[in-house]
Amino acid sequence: MFGWRRKLAPYLFISPFFIGYAFFFLIPVIQSLRLSFYHQVGLGAEPRFVGLDNYIRLFTNDALFIKSLTNTTYYALGSIFIIVPLALGLALILHSPNLRLREFFRLFYFTPNITAGVVVGIIFGLVFEEQYGLINNLLLAPLGIEPVRWLRDPNWVMPSIIILGIWKFTGINALYFMVGLQNIPSELKEAAVVDGATRWQVFRYVTLPMLRPVLAFVLTFAIIGSYNLFAEPVTLVGEVGGPNNAGLTMTMYLYNRGFRELRMSYAAAIGYTLAIIIVVLTVIQLFLTRAFRED
Amino acid sequence: MANLLTPRTRSDVAAAGYTLRREKSRLQMVVETTLLYAALFLFAILVGIPFLYMITGSFKTNGEIFSYPISLGVQNPTTNNYERLLSGEEVPYLRQMGNSVIIAVSQTLLTLLVSSMVGWGFAKYDFRGRTALTIFLLATFAIPFQVTLVPLFQLMVNVGLLDNFLGVILPSSLSAFGAFFMRQSMMSIPGELLDAARIDGATEWGLFWRIGIPLSRGALSILAVLVFLSAWNDYLWPLIVLRSPENFTYPLGLATLHGLYKVEYGMILGGAFIATLPVVIIFVAGRKQILSNLTIGAIKG
Repeated sequence: MFGWRRKLAPYLFISPFFIGYAFFFLIPVIQSLRLSFYHQVGLGAEPRFVGLDNYIRLFTNDALFIKSLTNTTYYALGSIFIIVPLALGLALILHSPNLRLREFFRLFYFTPNITAGVVVGIIFGLVFEEQYGLINNLLLAPLGIEPVRWLRDPNWVMPSIIILGIWKFTGINALYFMVGLQNIPSELKEAAVVDGATRWQVFRYVTLPMLRPVLAFVLTFAIIGSYNLFAEPVTLVGEVGGPNNAGLTMTMYLYNRGFRELRMSYAAAIGYTLAIIIVVLTVIQLFLTRAFRED
Repeated sequence: MANLLTPRTRSDVAAAGYTLRREKSRLQMVVETTLLYAALFLFAILVGIPFLYMITGSFKTNGEIFSYPISLGVQNPTTNNYERLLSGEEVPYLRQMGNSVIIAVSQTLLTLLVSSMVGWGFAKYDFRGRTALTIFLLATFAIPFQVTLVPLFQLMVNVGLLDNFLGVILPSSLSAFGAFFMRQSMMSIPGELLDAARIDGATEWGLFWRIGIPLSRGALSILAVLVFLSAWNDYLWPLIVLRSPENFTYPLGLATLHGLYKVEYGMILGGAFIATLPVVIIFVAGRKQILSNLTIGAIKG
């Protein structure tokens, strides 16, 4: 009797989301692709079709773009090879049996992650300060190491941002790994021990393969996170990325071109390049960690 | 490797645990435990010191922050930084924090409503195009938001939402993650319950509002915390949309202070501290829910 209502209802329930999603996401995604084949500077300007010119220019005639690409890749590698392994190590320690204060540590390690990027950038401005900063004075000076010019030496800017990343993101990744570790049946490890496996062997042949889905998840987000990096480096080294643009990330570059210089079409091309890189890297990485394989 | 993974009987496992315990000497155990805790505390200290420095620094004069030897404590505590910050002479910081509250709360409520509606539609009705829409939505997950920034900015200019809170709130309230999250949670609500209510004369909206929403309270509260935190800390999109200082959110205000008065670090640290407090309070209050559920995505992988 209420058949027609039941037929209509789902469409009414989903329409607010999909109408909004179309206006604020899907249509912009398509407009952006179109815009990236045009030339438009300024808001009111008439776009002129230029084909692939924006993309060709990005890769052949824009040193600053290549710089931002290199910097972002630098950070992504740091994220994959430093932050993720550190997080895994921390999770393994936190997972050890009969640990006291486990909840405290979990909670505490997580707090940097819920702190605003601007706030983190402001605090780390003092952490890396050359003369009066925390690292140079409290960590390096007692060891007799000369002060490092963290944010002023182009070679040290990216390592500084990676250190900030370690501080902010190790905790949450450790939490992800802990969930994965909790899902490994303990019988599996015990059986391996019975068969005489050493600790390393248990880790290498039981724990690590079982963690594969979580590892894939963490790595995907580490990569995406690298390309999203904006608030922290902007606050830390400024919009152009500090000395020699050493801290200029791709999202910062997109922002500078698109919203400081209003080079709309060029920024759209940067956005699409970024998107393609993220999608390709994610697929490669999912393939490498073989998340698609049914275990 | 095959034999390593062969299932064992319970007694085997118990025996293994026993021998394992016997094989490790007591000394070895003590050393190991000490190292574990040392590592945990070391990392906790490394996490904590920057926070501590932010708090103590906000009670220091700038002369004290930038003088030797630097110290994590405070020699001559002063509330001058806070007085200047809250007086609003440099930037209207209190107002900007208020703006952040308005934007984060509205964005949270709107996201919850829209997400639970679409989640309900997907979870509780069989309709033409459901599977196709689900797959389509999943596929759009991979598209980074940077792609949309330029056209979205043009849209905001054209509809007059530049420098307007709605311009910040509306685009951020359409969360594909939220939609899936609510769908996942609402799938477990039994269909028989709904049919019974239908017979009693409930409308379709009534089913959603009186049964679906109350039974999804847990999921809604998790989503609320996640959305609120990301809205509270957001920087890039508000930076693009909001133009006048009295409309800024607090991260924009802090960034302005940071850019204008680099030497007034004490005041900037004070602003950073009071803006971080509410987040920490929400986090500590809801820690059980947040910690056990933040990782939902990880399990499903």
